[in-house]
Amino acid sequence: MGFQMLVPFSPWNWLLLLVAFKCSEASSDLNESTNSTAQHEPNVRFAAASSEADEKISVFALDYDYVQIPYEVTLWILLASLAKIGFHLYHRLPGLMPESCLLIIVGALVGAIIFGTDHKSPPVMDTSIYFLYLLPPIVLEGGYFMPTRPFFENIGSILWWAGLGALINAFGIGLSLYLICQIKAFGLSDVNLLQNLLFGSLISAVDPVAVLAVFEEARVNEPLYMMIFGEALLNDGISVVLYNILIAFTKMHKFEDIEPVDILAGCARFIIVGVGGVFFGVIFGFISAFITRFTQNISAIEPLIVFMFSYLSYLAAETLYLSGILAITACAVTMKKYVEENVSQTSYTTIKYFMKMLSSVSETLIFIFMGVSTIGKNHEWNWAFICFTLAFCQIWRAISVFALFYVSNQFRTFPFSIKDQCIIFYSGVRGAGSFSLAFLLPLSLFPRKKMFVTATLVVIYFTVFIQGITIGPLVRYLDVKKTNKKESINEELHIRLMDHLKAGIEDVCGQWSHYQVRDKFKKFDHKYLRKILIRKNQPKSSIVSLYKKLEMKQAIEMVETGILSSTAFSIPHQAQRIHGTKRLSPEDVESMRDILTHNMYQVRQRTLSYNKYNLKPQTSEKQAKEILIRRQNTLRESMRKGHSLPWGKPAGTKNIRYLSFPYGHPQPARRDTRVDDFTDNDSSDSEFPSIMFKARSRTGTLQERRLTQEIIPMKSLPRGGKPHHFGYQRNTSQEEHVGVGRREALRPKPLFHAVDEEFESGEESEEKISESESRWSAEYRPSRQHHRSHSPLLQRK
Amino acid sequence: MHPVGFSAEPAPPKIGLSTSLPTQGIFRAAHPPPLAFSSDQIEQLHRRFKQLSGDQPTIRKENFNNVPDLELNPIRSKIVRAFFDNRNLRKGSSGLADEINFEDFLTIMSYFRPIDTTMDEEQVQLCRKEKLRFLFHMYDSDSDGRITLEEYRNVVEELLSGNPHIEKESARSIADGAMMEAASVCVGQMEPDQVYEGITFDDFLKIWQGIDIETKMHVRFLNMETIALCH
Repeated sequence: MGFQMLVPFSPWNWLLLLVAFKCSEASSDLNESTNSTAQHEPNVRFAAASSEADEKISVFALDYDYVQIPYEVTLWILLASLAKIGFHLYHRLPGLMPESCLLIIVGALVGAIIFGTDHKSPPVMDTSIYFLYLLPPIVLEGGYFMPTRPFFENIGSILWWAGLGALINAFGIGLSLYLICQIKAFGLSDVNLLQNLLFGSLISAVDPVAVLAVFEEARVNEPLYMMIFGEALLNDGISVVLYNILIAFTKMHKFEDIEPVDILAGCARFIIVGVGGVFFGVIFGFISAFITRFTQNISAIEPLIVFMFSYLSYLAAETLYLSGILAITACAVTMKKYVEENVSQTSYTTIKYFMKMLSSVSETLIFIFMGVSTIGKNHEWNWAFICFTLAFCQIWRAISVFALFYVSNQFRTFPFSIKDQCIIFYSGVRGAGSFSLAFLLPLSLFPRKKMFVTATLVVIYFTVFIQGITIGPLVRYLDVKKTNKKESINEELHIRLMDHLKAGIEDVCGQWSHYQVRDKFKKFDHKYLRKILIRKNQPKSSIVSLYKKLEMKQAIEMVETGILSSTAFSIPHQAQRIHGTKRLSPEDVESMRDILTHNMYQVRQRTLSYNKYNLKPQTSEKQAKEILIRRQNTLRESMRKGHSLPWGKPAGTKNIRYLSFPYGHPQPARRDTRVDDFTDNDSSDSEFPSIMFKARSRTGTLQERRLTQEIIPMKSLPRGGKPHHFGYQRNTSQEEHVGVGRREALRPKPLFHAVDEEFESGEESEEKISESESRWSAEYRPSRQHHRSHSPLLQRK
Repeated sequence: MHPVGFSAEPAPPKIGLSTSLPTQGIFRAAHPPPLAFSSDQIEQLHRRFKQLSGDQPTIRKENFNNVPDLELNPIRSKIVRAFFDNRNLRKGSSGLADEINFEDFLTIMSYFRPIDTTMDEEQVQLCRKEKLRFLFHMYDSDSDGRITLEEYRNVVEELLSGNPHIEKESARSIADGAMMEAASVCVGQMEPDQVYEGITFDDFLKIWQGIDIETKMHVRFLNMETIALCH
């Protein structure tokens, strides 16, 4: 299916690829004289080629080998990106199958082409490349985008499950496969215990990112989501540590026997490696947070610092034989919070996108390489080994899930139900990690490496394709407890209130539990860490800028609705009804939630949305700008027509004026500057035209109607300070009484009127204005009613 | 992890403890809270109560000033108020009590018992409702059975009071937005002349429908012997 979608994109790519292969063949024909091992060493080849060129200068020369590796890698990535575009063009496809399926298919296609053309794939994967370049971005991304708060709320269960689960799986699978290997009939007797254990450790590295996407869509409950997320995050680290220790054992075993002391040392090593890695990561995280404190003048290097320090933590830990994966994870988790507050908004965006990009490139490469190595001759198909591997993977996962959760449920207030456990069992999708580890097995120590690779591939294909595609329906079928996380501002408020309430009650009880531990940490954090790590007197942090953005959006939306409604003017009342009950748009809720999230006393991120391949779409500022320009044009046009008074205009344009600025005074110059301010209000907020946001609230009866007015922008208009203004309002409200009778008196629905503050305060004394305004309000009341519900904050087209 | 709480603080005076410590049975009979405590928990809470009250039989508002951890809580006043709210104490439909005794203290605490998984659906619903009522009372400060816009704004402002940078206007617009949303959730299609006066308790329940309060509103008390004692 996915393939069909990418057909329209592919032909060019195929062509390119084929051209590339043809070229390489041609060039290798030309350079047959040079030795064949030069394939792996482009530099040698380059030297050879250039020395040849010295002899005879040709007008047109071809040197494909020189660029082969980066060229083909680029093509792969490009191909994968195009495939992803195609994949997402048909919107239902991503819901049906995980993206890793697509990548594997693309890889298999590339592999088929390479195999068909008898080409040798470039040596992208080897141990050092994988561990030094491909793995860190993937892990860093996982750590950086970890939802901190729910993670630490469930940390006990997560560590218990992710840590012990990986160990049980590794040893269980390894030992039971060893037993199978003892059966002579299968022809596996040369596979010894250590090799089996090693295989067990690499096959137990699950990669449930695809499952997370399903969970997010199905909105499963938070603890379940965090279990899988925690597993995805920590599992790699644990498997790699185990893998490395076992490799060390295997090497040692070649020369001498392993003694019990060595095994004890191995266990101790396992703990040291893990804890040491985390320790390193935390230290580096604090250092990088501290450094970003001083980067306000050179914000361009902020992303660089973040990336380099995380990478440095990885390398430093690896130098000391500690777990680099855990180090980089811990580093990302530690620094994230402080860095986010220190760096500028743009740097923050850059960091996020760059991180996503790097990790997706790494993963794409691994998956494609997996596809490439699927099709080829280096396989050894042993029915027994493969079938038993597949079976043991499922069996041991089931055992570990049900055993470990049985224990951890005893300590949880809200245990995981059987359904949850089934889902966790079923989400054991293997991925890039297992394949890389299997592929990197040293052939000298593992004579049957081919069989291991084949078995790993089968397990990966089975889990990714069958489990990955069916877990969505399974989650829906089992009807797992949902979070019902709607986009709701009320909910956000209630939950936050609840958090404080809980902490408060615990304080009163004088008890310690994790709310209080968290609270204590917050206090410590506020008292010391933040003071040290976070820049002081920063320009009101990101909150204000965020708020400004929100404001800007409101203003623009107002204009937008104005323009749009002018076309639908003939049916204003219907429009009102439709709009009146419209719910908040997700974007608005998101921005409100952002404000809440960043400004509560306890800063907490609640968003549980994690997508390995993508970030949430940002508000389209370009579109906003375009609307502004359009609006500007409309204004100019109307000015050109030379109407001095607005009420001579056709109905359609009245609306625009009403919603933009109070019209009625030909002040072209002024209006123009205003519009300009509007467009680049990021730089100057003093001139920003304020939008008045009148919320009529009726607290008691109709008679007690209170008029309150809010200014959405930062600048506030003193309440009641302007009698003229007030009169204007009362005027309208009286008219409402007379004219329409009882209208929605109340309401929490804020009314939005665009009133230019400058205009108000500056020209207030002129009677003419008040006159014209009242006339205006009298005449255009219907339109106001129409627009009353057009609150930009509260609705979007 | 749990019992660390007292280690840092001076041991509560033992005088009169054994005699004044009420037993579990009496409590359940005399005043059935929605969720009862085990005797260990009651003992712990009683010790804490004594500590807070300074060995007096009742706690007054001022006693809560002695809780240093509470100081930074942005909704501190709301929390303290909730302890004295007659509605929460089931002593009346409005007003505040001047002082509360240990029994009342337990009543308040009982709102924060975790819901037992062995309870049947009906009991869960009952407990859920009790918890939500407590929460509702925190919002509805004038006891008129509605959360008005003013009250809502108050709460949001208080919640955001921790950050000096945030301005009142934004807090208000958030409250307005939330109110608007609540209206659309609870009333649905609003007629032009319809008035939404505030969130009633039924509306409040509706808003909370999606959130599993069972997992949210609970405090881990010292020991987790989960005996189903929901009446």
